[in-house]
Amino acid sequence: MINERNLPILATLLVFILLYGYGVYEYKGFRDTLVFSNLLTDNAFLIITAIGMTFVILSGGIDLSVGSMIAFVGVLMAYLISTAGIHPLFAIAIALLVGVAFGTLMGIIIAFFEIQAFIVTLAGMFLFRGLAYLINLDAVPISHPFITGLSDVYLPLPGRGGLTFIAMAMLVLLIIGILIARRTRFGMSVYALGGDSHSAALLGVPVKKTVIKIYALSGFYSAMSGVIFAIYTGSAYPLAAVGVELDAIAAVVIGGTLLTGGVGYVFGTFLGGMIQGIIQTLITFDGSLNSWWTKLAVGGLLLFFILLQKGIVMWVKKRSAA
Amino acid sequence: MSYLIKATSVVEEAQGAPRPLLEINHLSKSFTGVQALNGVSLQVQSGEIRALLGENGAGKSTLIKVLTGVYPRDSGEIVLDGRLMSASDSGHAQRLGISTVYQEVNLIPTMSVMENLTLQHQEKTFGLISWKKAEIRARELLAQVGLDIDPLRQLDTYSIAIQQLVAIARALSTQAKMLILDEPTASLDSDEIQQLFALMRRLKAEGLGIIFVTHFLDQVYSITDSITVLRNGECVGTFQTAELTRSELVSHMVGKSLEDLTPTAHDHSIQRERADLLQLNNVGKQRYLQPLDLRIAAGEIVGVAGLLGSGRTELCELAYGSVKADQGDVTLGKHSLTKSSLRRAIQVGMGYCPEDRKQDGIVAELSVRENMILALQASRGWWSPISMAEQQHLVEDMIQRLAIKTSDMDKPIGELSGGNQQKVILARWLITHPALLILDEPTRGIDIGAHHEIIHIIKELCEQGMGLLVASSELEELVLFAHRVVVMKDHQKIAELHGEDVSEQAILRQIAS
Ligand SMILES: Nc1ncnc2c1ncn2[C@@H]1O[C@H](COP(=O)(O)OP(=O)(O)OP(=O)(O)O)[C@@H](O)[C@H]1O
Ligand SMILES: [Mg+2]
Repeated sequence: MINERNLPILATLLVFILLYGYGVYEYKGFRDTLVFSNLLTDNAFLIITAIGMTFVILSGGIDLSVGSMIAFVGVLMAYLISTAGIHPLFAIAIALLVGVAFGTLMGIIIAFFEIQAFIVTLAGMFLFRGLAYLINLDAVPISHPFITGLSDVYLPLPGRGGLTFIAMAMLVLLIIGILIARRTRFGMSVYALGGDSHSAALLGVPVKKTVIKIYALSGFYSAMSGVIFAIYTGSAYPLAAVGVELDAIAAVVIGGTLLTGGVGYVFGTFLGGMIQGIIQTLITFDGSLNSWWTKLAVGGLLLFFILLQKGIVMWVKKRSAA
Repeated sequence: MSYLIKATSVVEEAQGAPRPLLEINHLSKSFTGVQALNGVSLQVQSGEIRALLGENGAGKSTLIKVLTGVYPRDSGEIVLDGRLMSASDSGHAQRLGISTVYQEVNLIPTMSVMENLTLQHQEKTFGLISWKKAEIRARELLAQVGLDIDPLRQLDTYSIAIQQLVAIARALSTQAKMLILDEPTASLDSDEIQQLFALMRRLKAEGLGIIFVTHFLDQVYSITDSITVLRNGECVGTFQTAELTRSELVSHMVGKSLEDLTPTAHDHSIQRERADLLQLNNVGKQRYLQPLDLRIAAGEIVGVAGLLGSGRTELCELAYGSVKADQGDVTLGKHSLTKSSLRRAIQVGMGYCPEDRKQDGIVAELSVRENMILALQASRGWWSPISMAEQQHLVEDMIQRLAIKTSDMDKPIGELSGGNQQKVILARWLITHPALLILDEPTRGIDIGAHHEIIHIIKELCEQGMGLLVASSELEELVLFAHRVVVMKDHQKIAELHGEDVSEQAILRQIAS
């Protein structure tokens, strides 16, 4: 159904189709499923982070710590596997637990001390990056038969493409994210909080509890993204994923989520992440353009979507006055 | 009816006093510098509808919010159904069995009607929300309040009246022992009010206790069993509705007698030879308002009557220019405003106090003084600031006259009671002395004492030559000060009543025709 709330995500879908269609039209190579499956794999860690970020932004908050979290989790995993000799499965579990714990902690500070999320997660951003350096100063490989085994998991698709473990993990996390957002009470509380936090409290939404859960969830998703990133690159580096928090925010906004909160969809974020990936791929296919053009295009799209949303909000206001 | 109630209460007394459903003992609550509640005690039985009355700022909303845990109490005790109760927040109170509709419509504007209705309690299949079941549930709840709207649409695409009904429907979504309604009827029409009352009677028969806050005394007498009056945070007393006359009630509320508050009979005639101030020639907009003509002379008060959704607000918006007409001409004095901007309209003397003051009017972070001076400053231009002395003089005067309850004029407006916030916004427009003032529901949520004073100020301004267009759902009040009444129906002007014809009956006849 077309209504004012899903207009932005429809616009996102349209941009996605147009860009992909342009690629298919212009470059022969684009027609193969390989391009699509590579998009899924190459952007998995960004999309996973952005899914967690979607909840944060839907609630009217922000989480700047996710990029550092990815680096920290990677370095931590490398340490646990290579130095401490722990089985990767346990290392992953520990890494995820640590991510959730840090997210929860930030949530508690935001909810109970009523400090702006921007400040608290900015502190988190520096803290996690610092912790990563504390464990390890250099890039180290993560080599373990289990990890290589994961990289070998592959579900071939028609054509030359196929789903890697990373792509599958991302799709599963995406579905979970969609279900949490639209089909659970917690998800509804997130939307309510972003729509009007004062009213939400009066309506009986447990505001503080919800805020804590939101940052815990974002901690989980960014830690998960760290795990995926480590598997993807097969190494850990304390300077990894610098600025990913901003790419994630861009994916969320291009995906049609209102920066002020309350309106948006997790699936839109998936599209938003994929759009960034397509732009990058198109620029690679072109060959003559510098990769910085990606930033330029993403910046332009971001502006377009923010203006689009503003326009829709104004239009709804006008219509309700009628 | 009242006889029956008395009879049962006699029976109950004979069996020894029944245990009250809700018991509040010596409840106190203060905000910085304000004792909002001072040792308030009251009891509500199950199956009883209790009116909670008092002037703006008397402490009604505070009492409710302390009860439901939105504000912590300083001292006192609350017993619900025999058990000591201490709700930590509104959701907790709901789970304990107190369902509340707070004073301002407090729903989530960006969510759909259905999501708002099922926010507290969702039907699940396999642990996940089933939106199919939720939609059925939402339609059931809406039907209870007589609404037939699309529950999938976003809440803020509907009018405030509908939002208010949705808020009431939502309060019914949980199994409650107590239902609390804080001014739920402020933007409702008589039909919807009757529907709400029917619903309240049904809930009462099911044994719910209901607390009902309103400023409409007619409603108090038609629906409630008993009345608790608050004044300045203290409980004046609890009375049986049937045993308390109106004048006694009013004097309990304001400490003045009703006679002092009844405006003198109004002369509907005005010299028509005065020049037209505002002229609307064939002004209309597609799917918004049918084209109509309207003239207002200097010093004349024109009322706009009609049911909810009949086009009252639409007429105000087009006349002011906040919504642009797609046909016809608007002229104010010598200035044609058909094509001009809103800023120009304000410069040449238009003023407009809209219906939805929560959205359009209040800047919660600013003080009472800053909020009140806003429009005057804008009309004079930001480069010629109003001196502090003048501001203080103007604001002090209005605080006095409208009896705005605030400890001082530099208090943030968000800390005032709902009705007092309304008074400030109204005062904002009254002090600008516009050539033509448009008021949409000027007395909504305002207590009877201040009603009288507002009517007085309005008349005074008109004697000085201001033209006035007032849309109001309170006919009783409209006929008290209007020289002429325009009756709207289905987004059309269906009649215009002059002079002796201006009466409640005549207006109702036109609406019904
Ligand atoms: N959050 C707050 N901070 C400070 N003071 C407050 C706050 N809420 C209410 N007050 C003060 O408490 C007093 C009682 O306010 P309350 O809202 O209970 O009045 P009310 O009886 O509901 O009035 P109305 O009819 O206007 O709604 C007022 O003097 C008000 O200024
Ligand atoms: Mg109140």
